[in-house]
Amino acid sequence: MSTYAAGLSADIGIALLGGLSVYVILATGQLSLGNAAFMAVGAYLASALTVYAGLPLTAALMLAGLASGFLGVLVGFPALRLRGIYLAMATLGFGEMTRSFFLDFAPAGGAGGFRGMGPVSTAYIWAWSASLLVGVVLLERSRLWLEFRAVNDDERAADLIGLNTTAIKVGAFGLGAAIAGVAGGLFAYHQLYIEPGMFGFDRSIEMVLYVVLGGSTVAVGPLLGATLLVLLPEFLRFLADWRLAAFGALLILVLLFRRQGIIDRGMFRGLSRRKWATP
Amino acid sequence: MLLQQLINGLTLGAVYTLIALSFSLVMGILGVLNLAIAELFMLGGYCGLTLIIMGHSVWLAVPAAMAVSGVLAVVVERVAYRPLRDAPMIMPLLSTLAFSIIFQNVAVNVWGSDPLQLPDALADARLSLGTASIGIMQLAVIVVTVLLVVALGVIVQSTKLGRGLRAVAENREVARILGAPASRLTTAAFALSGSLAGAAGVLIGFHYAAITPYVGVDTGLKAIAVMVVGGSTRIWGVLIAGPLIGVAEVLSVVYGGSAIRDMVVYGLMILVLLLRPQGVLGGSSMPEGERV
Repeated sequence: MSTYAAGLSADIGIALLGGLSVYVILATGQLSLGNAAFMAVGAYLASALTVYAGLPLTAALMLAGLASGFLGVLVGFPALRLRGIYLAMATLGFGEMTRSFFLDFAPAGGAGGFRGMGPVSTAYIWAWSASLLVGVVLLERSRLWLEFRAVNDDERAADLIGLNTTAIKVGAFGLGAAIAGVAGGLFAYHQLYIEPGMFGFDRSIEMVLYVVLGGSTVAVGPLLGATLLVLLPEFLRFLADWRLAAFGALLILVLLFRRQGIIDRGMFRGLSRRKWATP
Repeated sequence: MLLQQLINGLTLGAVYTLIALSFSLVMGILGVLNLAIAELFMLGGYCGLTLIIMGHSVWLAVPAAMAVSGVLAVVVERVAYRPLRDAPMIMPLLSTLAFSIIFQNVAVNVWGSDPLQLPDALADARLSLGTASIGIMQLAVIVVTVLLVVALGVIVQSTKLGRGLRAVAENREVARILGAPASRLTTAAFALSGSLAGAAGVLIGFHYAAITPYVGVDTGLKAIAVMVVGGSTRIWGVLIAGPLIGVAEVLSVVYGGSAIRDMVVYGLMILVLLLRPQGVLGGSSMPEGERV
């Protein structure tokens, strides 16, 4: 594999994790527009733990995931009070707050950024991405996932049949944030340099797009979305300066004509022995 | 010195107020966050500043920018909002975002990514007010904002259009049954909202004496915060929240280090969402919001 292809493949692996982090939270009906913040926390923490404290990268990534997950739980509790667009706006605010926190946080380099991370192999990145993807696919086959979806479909009814909707919604936030934290750590090592501007609103939106374009009802949706969105700029290279405009137009077309995303659960119904309830 | 900062804060706040009103019109009436507003604002700024640089007056530049952004807002409504009206709210959010990607790309290609500067003669002209002074351009920002807010107030409170908009905001279906042309009113809300954003763009050009293709994202996100603090379902809270956040921002740059200012603004937004989702002016009930 050429360096170029390896770089793109690593980008896809990291994007997939970003998409999964949104996917898990969205499965409970909560839209987060602030997941780049969890990624930032993971990125800075994993970098600091390895560069300052000399921890091995794998251990640092696990700790970064745990810490981001914990932050996700902390964000998940106030998020219980909000729904729909109001939750989206609050998470957007949280994302911007985190970004400006790192901008001002001198030990992490402030606006100058943070460096000192060594390069990692694409295989190492994909080892993480693939295991977490498998983890989410297994989660989808569990009873817990049915509870996630029950909360998404009708929270009040889920509450009435005795599901602990608080734990489910907060837990989903924690899990999504943990995945984003790992994604951030890998991102830092892949880029070799991080600065707060990398974790702004654009990044959070990108993560949502992987899910919405690829398909928000199956875990392979984010995989497809991440692959397409990472490769798309390469395909659109011939448009030169008008690349982004073409991307915007494509995005509108997909939303208009395939609003459930490119892949949906129905496509898998024939393939799987398990019978899904029709949504 | 303090007075001078207050004036600077007020002009910045005036711009925030206009963009927040622009977000709030669509949000309050249709429950949709139109993310294209951030770039309609930027495009309006480019149109207006281009006219000013060509030597035209503010009184031509602002209406022209309003017209351009207003028309583009209607395009956004037709293409990105109307077909997705009944879809989950994430869809119009992303389709309007797609438009903002397109608009920004167009601006970069047409005007370049370097800032478009206001001519020095205009940017430096000042009126003395005793111990403080106010730039002619700052004065224009405040005058235009006041005029537009009054005009919007008249439209919303005392015209047929305004009554229709308020009816649709109250309950779209009931309004339709009672004979309000809901889809024409939706277009009108987008057009009004877009033209306010366009005017605000010209004014931010006056405030910073320059405009860049990237001004939309930063200012737009902050305007969302202003809208929330002012109360996203009622339009008028923004009139207090805008100047308040503008002044707070300028003062925090002078006295408290500029880096904390965004934390303060967004922190305030989250607090309001959690504690008083109906905004600082209050309102009757907590908006439930749709499910995603």
